[in-house]
Order: sequence, then C-alpha cells, then structure tokens
Amino acid sequence: MAASTLMQGTKVAGPKPARRPRGRRHRGEDLTKLLFVLPAAIAMIALFGYPVVKNLLMSLQDYGLRTFFTGVAPWVGLKNYSAVVTDKLFSDAMLNTALFTIGSIAFQFVIGLGLALFFRQRFPLGGLLRSLLLLPWLLPLIVSSATWRSILEQDSGILNRSLLGLHIINDPVPWLNSPSVALIAVIGVNIWIGIPFNVTLLYSGLTEIPDELYEAGQLDGATGWRAFWYITWPNLRAVAGVVLMLGVVYTIKVLDIILGLTGGGPANATQTLATQSYEKSFVDFKFGQGAALSNILIAISFVFAIFYLRSTRRAVDE
Amino acid sequence: MRRTAYTVIGVLILCVMLFPVYWMLNASLQPSGNTLTAGFLPLHPTFAGYKRALDEQGGNLVTSLIIAAGTVVLSLAIATPCAYALSQFRSRWVSIGLLAILISQMIPGIVIANALYTAYERLGLLNSIPGLIVANCSSGIPFAILILRSFMMSLPPSLVEAARVDGAGLFRAFVAIVLPISKNSLITAGLFSFLFSWSDFLFALTLTTKGRVRPVTLGIYQYLGTQVQNWNAVMATAVLSAIPAIVLLVAAQKYIAAGAIGGAVK
Repeated sequence: MAASTLMQGTKVAGPKPARRPRGRRHRGEDLTKLLFVLPAAIAMIALFGYPVVKNLLMSLQDYGLRTFFTGVAPWVGLKNYSAVVTDKLFSDAMLNTALFTIGSIAFQFVIGLGLALFFRQRFPLGGLLRSLLLLPWLLPLIVSSATWRSILEQDSGILNRSLLGLHIINDPVPWLNSPSVALIAVIGVNIWIGIPFNVTLLYSGLTEIPDELYEAGQLDGATGWRAFWYITWPNLRAVAGVVLMLGVVYTIKVLDIILGLTGGGPANATQTLATQSYEKSFVDFKFGQGAALSNILIAISFVFAIFYLRSTRRAVDE
Repeated sequence: MRRTAYTVIGVLILCVMLFPVYWMLNASLQPSGNTLTAGFLPLHPTFAGYKRALDEQGGNLVTSLIIAAGTVVLSLAIATPCAYALSQFRSRWVSIGLLAILISQMIPGIVIANALYTAYERLGLLNSIPGLIVANCSSGIPFAILILRSFMMSLPPSLVEAARVDGAGLFRAFVAIVLPISKNSLITAGLFSFLFSWSDFLFALTLTTKGRVRPVTLGIYQYLGTQVQNWNAVMATAVLSAIPAIVLLVAAQKYIAAGAIGGAVK
C-alpha cells in the first residue's frame, strides 16, 4: 500500500494547485478544510496510533488473562522483553523470520524481474496474460494456504504423486510434516504469492524507461545483457528499492500463510516472530509478551525503512 | 513468428503460475473426499463439495459479504474527503499526513489486533460485525486515501474554483463536482477495500471468540484445523471465497491495473 507514497516521494505527480490568496473568507474555510481531514485523522489515530502506544504500554505490563477480570495490569519494566528474548524459541523464531523473509524476497524479486522483462516484449495477448498473472496476489491468503496444503499433502497431494510418477523421488516428501523441509515449503508458497506483485511494480518501472535510451545504447553496441546492466538496471534501481523494501515490510509480518499451512509446526520449525507474537497473545493470553514481540517486529521494519529512505534521499541528492 | 513463440511461452508461464488455482477448482469437483484418487481432470464432476460448503459455510459467506460491504462504505466515507484535502490543500500538514500513512503500513496487523482486542473487550465489540468492519478499515482507509489522492492530484483547481465563484461552499463543490469526476478511482478504491476485508483472516481469528460471527476465511481455517477429511468441501469453499478476486480480475481489469500500480499491495 505504501508504494504510491514512496513513488510519489521520488517524482512529482500531477500539476500542483495554484496557491490561493488568503482573505477573510478563507479563514472561515479553514474550519471546513479541517472537517475534510478530521474523520480520517481520528480513524488513523484509533487504528494505528492507539494500537502502537497501547502495545508499548502493554509490553511493559503484566497484561494477562487475569487482567480481563481484575482490570489490573501491574508494571513490570522490561521483564516481558527479557522473557521473550530468553525463551529458547526466540533465536529459532528470529532465524526462521530471517530465512523466510530473505528467501521469499530474493526469489520473488528475481523471478518477478525475469517475468517483467519477459512481458516487456510486445507480443499478442501479452497484456491479458500479464493481468491474469495477478490472480495469486488477489486471492485471500487463507485460500492459497488451503489449496497449497492439499497440493503438498504427503500421501495424497498432487505434487508428491507427480514426482513419484515421474520417478524424480522414490519416497513421498513430507513437505509440511518434516521439520527440515517445512520451512522451505512455506517459503516456496510465499514466493508464489509474491511474484505477481513484483512483476506488476517492476513492469511499470520498466515501461517508464524511455525507448530512446535503448536506441542510443544500440548504437554504442549495448544489446542483450549489456543493455540490461548499463541501461535497464540503473534506471530500475529506484523502483527495485521500493519493491524490496515493501517486500521486507510485508513479508516480515506474514501470519496467514504460516498459520494456514503449518500452524508454526512441525516442532516449531516454521515459527516466526509474527506467529510467536500471535501465540503469546491469543493462545497463551500473555498480551504483555505478545506486545513485546510485535514491538521487536516493528523495530526491525523501521530499521529497514529508514535504511531505505536514507539511501533514496542520497540518490535524489546526487 | 518470434512473437507467436513469446505468446506460447507466456501461456506456459501462466499455466505454471495458475496451476494451484486450477487444482483448487479440480479438487472441488472431485467425487471422493480424498484427493488421493483425484485425477488431473474432473472427469466425473460432482457438486457434493459445493452442497456441503454452502450448507456449512453459507452463513459465513454472508457474514463476510456484510463485513466487506460495510468496510467499503466506511472506508470510502472517511478516506474520500481526506484524499481530496491531501491533493488540493496546500499545507505542511499534507506531507506529515502522507508520512503517517507510510509509517502505518509498517505496523503489523497483530499489533492492531492486540490493542483492539483489549479495547473491544471493554466496549463489547468482540464477536460483532461492526467490530470487524472497523478493524478492516485499517487496511481500507490508508489504501483508499492513496489511490484517491493520486487521482485527485490531476484535477485542475479551476474546476472547483468555477463552482465556488457561483457561490457553492467548499463541501458542496466537493460533492457536486469532485465526487462525480472521481467515480473511477472511487470504484478502484472500493473494490480493493472490499477485497482486503473479504480476505481478512487475522482480525477474524483474533477478534471473534465464540463463533457467533464467523467470516468464511475463519471457516476455511477451521476446516484445516483437524486432519482434513473432505478436501472437496474445503476446496469448494476456497473456490467460493476466490470468486470476488476472480470477478474483479475479469470484469474490472482496468480498475485493477490502476489499483495495483497506484496504491499497490496488501
């Protein structure tokens, strides 16, 4: 969702309205203008501002099941943070989150870029095929999870049956039931879901590179790979940055897919910070610890966003 | 000749990418509950899965429909005037507002759910349709603001000025001039708000506890909870839940392209 804000940060969209003279008439209008923004401001504060503050407070409180009966949540300082960080699952969840995020994004991006370059060629039905490609992105995540679970089923799933039939494997692979394979399977499904989004944004970035650049490049002998490295990639870098940063921000908090496919199992092999946070709050009813985990998640997202924003500012300054 | 080859490759890519969607449809039409015997084609299609899906999940589909429609109405009502203000009014608050929207995208849904759960518990909004509508507006409102603003940036100020000269107030000019012109972008924003809310799983999972209000995404999750016995019923429900996405893609293609590039992602 943040794509357009970011993109508009790098280029000025549309003509700017002319500055109007401020008269007495306009002062009364300031109130009307305020009324245009007020409902949205209240909604944003209620739906984002309040939750962030509330989570910060909750993470410093012993906010548990008892709180709902007594209304009391004693302050405990940083105890929730030390509890979740020293939990033996924490380092596993961190590692899984990192593997899930990096693995998903690397493949989504590379495959997405390849497909975007492919669809950049003009051919019959190209536009139609490219829009149909969007379907995996539009499906509810839980629908995708359910479908992939049926495909990946160990004994009856079509993937194992096909691989066995083609004699690629000798025994059915326990895609979602083996701790050593489950994370790979979950990442694979997430890659599938993310490809259309990467294709769409990268394709729109590609179409903004002027054809003249390629024509000029051709005269200098830049074709094929050389054209990609010297023309396409440098011009696509800003969009690629947006795609990658959004990828991190969205992938790091993914919950539906993991809960639908494995529920975090087997043996916690697919637990991430997001699923841990959910379990602490809504399965164990330790809201304080759940809040602490999700605050760590927000902090990680912010680090990536700041890193990205700094690098784009430098690019603009240059 | 070379172009035809590209088309063939494109079709092949699409077949690979959309195979799971085909498999969902195929499995939903297979006679037995077990996919073990399911062939690549539904040679003996049966609608038993759909009958069961409608019996067990029909009410949940209606619940999802009501929640999604409510989210569209509330999101658009709140986002549209704000988008207009952010596109036409000149103030340093505009960039602050846009920055706030950008940052809001980094807040994980679980943070919102955590806070809303405790607030809803006090307000009596757990297990309620209005409660879920409000929660789903957290994805609908920022997205709608971004989509609508990027369209409204292209409106010439003279358009509204003309109405103002005729004596219309700011609000009347907005309703009489801006809204009708913005129809297409309102449709785009509305369709995506619908889809986000229809797809919502996290809020359905965390903000309902009793099963009195159960959107269909939660219904599917509960099917998956135990060892799945009847894949055809699960897949039939999945197909029914995929209908809004498919309709959107086929019937409203031009709106999607606008939405995907203009506001992007969920």
